[in-house]
Amino acid sequence: MKILVAVKRVIDYNVQVRVKEDGTGVVTDNVKMSTNPPDDNAVEEAVKIKESGKATEVIAITIGEEKAQETVRKALAVGADRGIHVKADGILEPLAVSKILQKVVEKEKPDLVFMGKQAIDDDCNQTGQMLAALLNWPQATFASKIEVKDKSLDVTREVDEGLETISVNVPAIVTCDLRLNEPRYASLPNIMKAKKKPLEQLSATDLGIDTKPRIEQIKVEEPPKRKAGIKVGSVAELVQKLKNEAKVI
Amino acid sequence: MSVLLIAEHTNKELKPFTLNAITAASQIDQDLHVLVIGHNSDGAAKAASAVPLVKKVIQIENPIYENYLAENFTPVIIKHAETYSHLVCSANTFGKNLMPRIAALMDCSQVSDIIKVISPDTFLRPIYAGNAFATVKSNDKKKCVTIRPTSFDAAPSDGGSAEIVKGDGADEFTLTKFVKKEEVKSDRPELGTARIVISGGRGMQSGDNFKLITAIADKLNAAIGASRAAVDAGYITNDHQVGQTGKVVVPDLYIAVGISGAIQHLAGMKESKVIVAINKDGEAPIFSVADYGLEADLFEALPQFLEELNKLNTIQK
Ligand SMILES: Cc1cc2nc3c(=O)[nH]c(=O)nc-3n(C[C@H](O)[C@H](O)[C@H](O)COP(=O)(O)OP(=O)(O)OC[C@H]3O[C@@H](n4cnc5c(N)ncnc54)[C@H](O)[C@@H]3O)c2cc1C
Ligand SMILES: Nc1ncnc2c1ncn2[C@@H]1O[C@H](COP(=O)(O)O)[C@@H](O)[C@H]1O
Repeated sequence: MKILVAVKRVIDYNVQVRVKEDGTGVVTDNVKMSTNPPDDNAVEEAVKIKESGKATEVIAITIGEEKAQETVRKALAVGADRGIHVKADGILEPLAVSKILQKVVEKEKPDLVFMGKQAIDDDCNQTGQMLAALLNWPQATFASKIEVKDKSLDVTREVDEGLETISVNVPAIVTCDLRLNEPRYASLPNIMKAKKKPLEQLSATDLGIDTKPRIEQIKVEEPPKRKAGIKVGSVAELVQKLKNEAKVI
Repeated sequence: MSVLLIAEHTNKELKPFTLNAITAASQIDQDLHVLVIGHNSDGAAKAASAVPLVKKVIQIENPIYENYLAENFTPVIIKHAETYSHLVCSANTFGKNLMPRIAALMDCSQVSDIIKVISPDTFLRPIYAGNAFATVKSNDKKKCVTIRPTSFDAAPSDGGSAEIVKGDGADEFTLTKFVKKEEVKSDRPELGTARIVISGGRGMQSGDNFKLITAIADKLNAAIGASRAAVDAGYITNDHQVGQTGKVVVPDLYIAVGISGAIQHLAGMKESKVIVAINKDGEAPIFSVADYGLEADLFEALPQFLEELNKLNTIQK
């Protein structure tokens, strides 16, 4: 089995994101960037499946500007075999990303595509489902457990009511939750070795995909601030305030 | 222009958030139709037709729709989408799973998780875990939109009598099979719609200690929430998680106990009307959003809290 894993470069989850004063977006200059957290889980799961002997190759792919390659290098350092970087600049909407991934899937013919359930920058939660639609493949979204069978997967999904299990035939798309596994860290020797692994460069234009956004971002602003609260000295005071001041109990 | 809302339901009835989505959809356009796809779904279809804001209900019945698989829903929705300018559903796990599959096949760039309808093509949505609000305008001819249910009031649910018409289904998608659902049933109010939510974090130290929270939830008729760390540690099941990658809640009162207040947690609760934080670390970021902060050891504070509540006899059930 061949597994393709999509990794996105985003502002690190620990960064306090700031809105630009001109309302055009958020500040990204000199801000720490990392792999989108659930994409690390997607890579980890693919590598584990390969280590268990059930997959033969793990390919990491990213779509974005030059520096997005860092995320592919990181995936190579934790066990992916080779990488693909599809160069595209500017805001990329999930629809455009999924069309690019479709082209690559048609060429690489993987049995599985693993991705994160949600990118923590746009919070769209769309790309995996869109790719599954374009390929007419099954989709197992929000996966917190994957069991690889012969020609299918049993996937436990985190849904609002609790957990749901579905069985999907391969080829399939899986989008991963953070609870799927514990991503490993790259060791220094593996980071060095990763530099020698093949990384193919493509561009959105080569693949014939127009990435121009369909959605106009009119403005980006700070959310309304909460007004400062107070500290209370005791539980009794807290209960009195909730009852008499806030009137919520 | 008319709007087609895809109902989330249990076949017997509408899920509560469908009413919030109806409110949002009717702000896009008054000519609002509801699609009920299910199996033995007469109850849900009738409930939808009783909502005064709804102009028409289209009901599609087939055993293959029993478990709401997106792979089976998508072709039916596309079949019925032609005359509509907007397709809409809630941005919970049902809608998040379903809508992008529809959008991609209609070559539409979906607008996810809107919190406000500015005009039929322009919406407000949070990005970066709610640290920024983006005003976005969709230029697609047909628009696919998911709605953050807690940002809209529930529509009145009775008094209407929209006509119910039966619609055609589509072929089954045989490559995905439903296996099982482990649903956690409880008598408590639902997390998403509860008036009061009390949540525990890693500071609770064990699942057993959540009984301190349960006792207060019982007293206040509150729902129970949790941080991701508490769910990861196995103290409580995933359906309780509040935050960027869990549920968004907007109760009148949110009580965070032993939760530090990471931005990913705040993303799910900081719109609550009144926020209380109980934490032994006075520097914990949760205090920056709390209306009332109590710097205390939760193992002392929670039993006292229960005791004080017991002294009050005015709690509304
Ligand atoms: C991509 C991504 C998505 C995420 N999504 C979510 C999400 O949806 N929801 C979410 O919650 N998190 C989410 N997280 C995790 C988040 O970053 C934090 O790690 C998590 O919220 C921390 O949970 P916590 O506050 O319970 O634990 P901690 O940060 O460990 O805080 C525990 C708190 O308990 C206090 N405490 C300890 N003992 C006591 C005591 N005896 N009495 C009183 N107070 C005590 C401590 O002072 C501390 O403040 C996400 C992270 C990532 C990377
Ligand atoms: N530019 C990109 N490059 C690679 N993968 C991406 C990109 N954008 C989105 N993805 C994948 O799609 C998932 C969901 O993203 P989104 O739909 O934007 O929330 C991410 O976790 C990634 O796995």
